[in-house]
Amino acid sequence: MTIDIGLIGDLYIFVLAGFLGFQLISRVSPLLHTPLMSATNAISGISLVGSLVVAGAGHGRLSTVLGFIAVVASTINVVGGFLITDRILKMFKSSR
Amino acid sequence: MQRNLLQLFYLLSAILFVLGLRGLSHPKTARRGMFLAEAGMLLAIVGTLLHHEIVDYKWIVAGLVLGTLIGAPLAIWIPMTAVPQRTALSHSFGALAAALVGVSEYYRHGAALGSARVGVIGIEVMLGSLTFTGSLMAAAKLQGLIRGFPITYRGQNFVNLSLLAGMLALIVSLMFMPTASPLFYAMVGLAFLFGVMLILPIGAADMPVVIALLNSYGGLTDAAMGFMLDNKIQIITGSLDGASGFVLSILMCRAMNRSITNVLFGAFGKVQEQPTALEAKRTIRQASVEEAAEILAAARSVVVVPGYGMAVSQAQHRVRELADALKLKGAAVRYGIHAVAGRMPGHMNVLLAEANVPYDELYDMDQVNSYFAETDVVLVVGANDVVNPAAKRVPGSPIYGMPILEVEKARVVIVCKRSLGPGFAGIDNELYYGDKTLLLFGDAKESMVKLATALKQ
Repeated sequence: MTIDIGLIGDLYIFVLAGFLGFQLISRVSPLLHTPLMSATNAISGISLVGSLVVAGAGHGRLSTVLGFIAVVASTINVVGGFLITDRILKMFKSSR
Repeated sequence: MQRNLLQLFYLLSAILFVLGLRGLSHPKTARRGMFLAEAGMLLAIVGTLLHHEIVDYKWIVAGLVLGTLIGAPLAIWIPMTAVPQRTALSHSFGALAAALVGVSEYYRHGAALGSARVGVIGIEVMLGSLTFTGSLMAAAKLQGLIRGFPITYRGQNFVNLSLLAGMLALIVSLMFMPTASPLFYAMVGLAFLFGVMLILPIGAADMPVVIALLNSYGGLTDAAMGFMLDNKIQIITGSLDGASGFVLSILMCRAMNRSITNVLFGAFGKVQEQPTALEAKRTIRQASVEEAAEILAAARSVVVVPGYGMAVSQAQHRVRELADALKLKGAAVRYGIHAVAGRMPGHMNVLLAEANVPYDELYDMDQVNSYFAETDVVLVVGANDVVNPAAKRVPGSPIYGMPILEVEKARVVIVCKRSLGPGFAGIDNELYYGDKTLLLFGDAKESMVKLATALKQ
């Protein structure tokens, strides 16, 4: 079984980004754990970029339909995720 | 757009995402951070739209418009108490997108794929499918469409592990026979089923862990999609998201003194055999609104301990009004917040922030526990298991060992409760029989209003 170089390179990125994520998230204030979840939810809408290509590349009807649904689902996350994160963060006020 | 330029766009987006998450380390920098993340997203989307493979924008535009039309109202108008179910629902949308793109990739390339690539697609579609149905289940439980209590049966763990083994076996077979599409679709079916079965035995009180765990699965799905499409920005984002969900699950588990395996396979709140007959004979002390108000009026320092009951009766605004009345009487008011109070990480903080409680009055468990000894009155509003001293004293209790808010150290504890029923986990709470404890029966919201009115007189 041959594993192409691309996959190994991707694995590097995955592992290192995981360590970075661990460090970043450990520093997030517990106050903000709910907006953190909606924020990661919004940025995980990055699956939109993959979906866009499937929906628009003209690979046949099935691919286009699946891609279209994927674009809708990812867009809900991007738009909804950022909007609700901002809505939540706006509520956090200091007394000083 | 040229491939290299697109990669530079993606790199910039990744940097902006990281800076955005870093902003969340403090409420002061959080919004600015999110603007950076939004800019990163915009950059990635615009860059992709100029991708050379895209030939037809009709469906793309339709999808973007429809997604915005659904996503924006869902974010703008849902009440803050429903944020847990919205979060679960959005995990399912993300997972659905990933699963569908995976199916499309397999359908399109099928036979032409090497075994490693088919394996990646298999794992991607498996994760996407099980996260999709699992998150839908979690959302349904949180919304109350399905009973929140754990559903268990004999041999449950055996069935679940068999399903998992079945899926993995199918993926391995596919790696040797990439064209055997029935195997692929059978695997998708099993993954859908597995997602449902995985969430069935989990009770509503364990939802903070499960939501975080599904968040982590969602991130892994995204990363797998990045592997599948060889798209680095998706790998990075998926990895960050997966790490975030994982860190949160660990924090939530620690706050309950349980392991993740115990949450997933233990069916919390189901297997309790309590000597309830004995407990029922113990005496409680009940307070009238007037008595409670009198005690509160004399207090110099008050700690409010909110729980899911506050969310259920939407009492957060009335709690803040009571706190305002207390402050006018000269009391210092703080809020003691347990990490697993509510149905998702940080749930109570958001509700109180919504009611205009300044965030510097919100204290987490470690901060507030050292403060209880000098506190005159603790007001427990809709919290139960997180203040149950059985966690410290009763080794046989299902919550034994869970770190709790040590409200008993305060001079007086006033517990606002609907009735003397047991908490969500079905465990009797010794706190109610304590000699410092006064029970104030009634709906949390009404009790808050009555107390505030009585204080103002």
